[in-house]
Amino acid sequence: MEKRPRIEVRALDMIYGDRVIQRDLNFAVEPGDIFVIMGPSGSGKSTLLRGMIGLVPPARGDVYYDDASFWTAGESGQQRILRRVGVLYQEGALWSSMTLAENVALPVEQFTDLPPATIREIASLKLALVGLAGFEEFYPSEISGGMRKRAGLARAMALDPDILFFDEPSSGLDPISSRRLDDLILELRDSLGATVVVVTHELASIFAIGTNSVFLDDESRTIIAAGHPTKLLHECRDAKVRRFLTRDGTETA
Amino acid sequence: MDDEVGGRAGGALVSVDHIDGDALRLRLSGRWTLGTRPPVAADVLAQAWEPSDRRVAVEGDRRLQWDSGLLIFLREVISDAERRHMPIEFVGLPDGATHLLSLARARPEQTASRNGAKGTCLLDRIGSRAIGAAQSAVDVLAFVGDASVAVVRLATGRARVRRSDLLVVMQDVGAHALPIVSLIAFLVGTILAYVGAVQLRAFGAQIYVADLVSVATTREMGAMMTAVVMAGRTGAAFAAQLGTMRVSEEIDALTTLGISPMEFLVVPRIVALAVMMPLLCLYADLLGMLGGAAVGTALLHLGGLEYYQHSVHAITLNDFVAGLIKASVFGVLVAVAGCLRGMQSGRTSAAVGGAATSAVVTAIVLIIVSDAVMTVLFDLLHL
Repeated sequence: MEKRPRIEVRALDMIYGDRVIQRDLNFAVEPGDIFVIMGPSGSGKSTLLRGMIGLVPPARGDVYYDDASFWTAGESGQQRILRRVGVLYQEGALWSSMTLAENVALPVEQFTDLPPATIREIASLKLALVGLAGFEEFYPSEISGGMRKRAGLARAMALDPDILFFDEPSSGLDPISSRRLDDLILELRDSLGATVVVVTHELASIFAIGTNSVFLDDESRTIIAAGHPTKLLHECRDAKVRRFLTRDGTETA
Repeated sequence: MDDEVGGRAGGALVSVDHIDGDALRLRLSGRWTLGTRPPVAADVLAQAWEPSDRRVAVEGDRRLQWDSGLLIFLREVISDAERRHMPIEFVGLPDGATHLLSLARARPEQTASRNGAKGTCLLDRIGSRAIGAAQSAVDVLAFVGDASVAVVRLATGRARVRRSDLLVVMQDVGAHALPIVSLIAFLVGTILAYVGAVQLRAFGAQIYVADLVSVATTREMGAMMTAVVMAGRTGAAFAAQLGTMRVSEEIDALTTLGISPMEFLVVPRIVALAVMMPLLCLYADLLGMLGGAAVGTALLHLGGLEYYQHSVHAITLNDFVAGLIKASVFGVLVAVAGCLRGMQSGRTSAAVGGAATSAVVTAIVLIIVSDAVMTVLFDLLHL
């Protein structure tokens, strides 16, 4: 039987007002991939992510999860798909009026009938998985930025999703915290069997964890390269992609 | 020819001459810092050009003291020379300054273009405003519809609302608002009594101040003043809270987890205000009447018991009911305005501030309009 892509983006156009953010995007994310969406600042990486997780409707095209269309699925169909998805936002996006344990517990409370004691255990386990054991009763404002991201990851994993989205996971983190987060992403992919989509422009992360990627161009507003990041580094002929991947700031007019 | 132009004494000096028969030469010396007010390039160059000039040479001393003042001068010289299609060369200027100049002249990474600048004729603006207003009306209707559906779902036990959140919001909009509601209601009571007394004393009827204050407070001013206080205090807070949650992607996080922000954030706030406003209104009625009594007994020398009896005689249950119905309606309107503007907020700090302001304005307009409608309606219903 032919292997189906876990996520497939077909002929997607993202438009904001009268500004074209991205046009004619086509790519597939295979199960178990760590798929990197990369590109310069302002190339629309985060907008594409928002289109993939149902926050901004595309002007054209669709996103398919296991061959099921997301944008024509209707509200209940979209909810069913989103239940399989966990998202780590750029700054963690923890609910500031709740403790870390309450943050992780909320989705479990909302979608299961488990007794409160079990839900507390789940929250504690997820926080321990991201190295935050003992921080259950802390509020988001009482912990560091890196810890907030990890707590956000614990919340994203609350319902055991099989697809995880990361929006700029390394932004604002020191190199060591950033490396630890990369290791955590790899471990989670391996142990949970999840498919991971990462939006980033952090080269170290791209090469450390990426198994496949697309490069969004900020001028032509579409994908100009796709493939394994290391392979792109050695084989891609596009000057812009090569400059990006080699951190070369010189202009070639 | 050798002209010397200087800024402030001990500051920037530039001397102008012509060399090799085809070059304008500027020689810079002294302190070229913003504090010494360096000369303006246009002033220096205006008199300097000669028809024979084909190029520009700028000479300086490596020990020249400089900051942005020098760079501004040199940029102007460069653009003037470029306009005249003349090459320009720098000799002996500080390395840092020439590096910064070349950085500033480098090709920008991206060319900025704004669509907003074009098409700003009157007709265009009117059209855009009209489309914006229509869209805004549709958004308001959609929001009110969604909120109504969510409240009905809550009433039928199908909505997922956290009881602890609801209680926290109730405490915040209820108990925590008591001090400010007390102050405003008491003072409005005293103002009503005072204004009434001035008129009624002319007829020797100052005892009717009690009737005036109690009826006006229970029917109208208690609910109205509480609503205005809540619009400023709570409506703005709702808008700012929800706007900030939008900025920090907390609302996105709810959406992608499949939790309805309407049920989770908006419904508890609407329910809390709808429940707490009548209670606050009753409390404001009492404080307003106390304020009136204070003026009546202290300034008009009315007897306390007499004042009390007149008040009790004047007000009916209908007055209270009318006031409480108004208070509930105002509560819902303040909450809807606050939540609507918060959920519509943009993703910048300025947008959150705008949402809070807009929430207060919207709420107060809605309060006054609905009050007018209800007053006429109650009159028709003999309430």
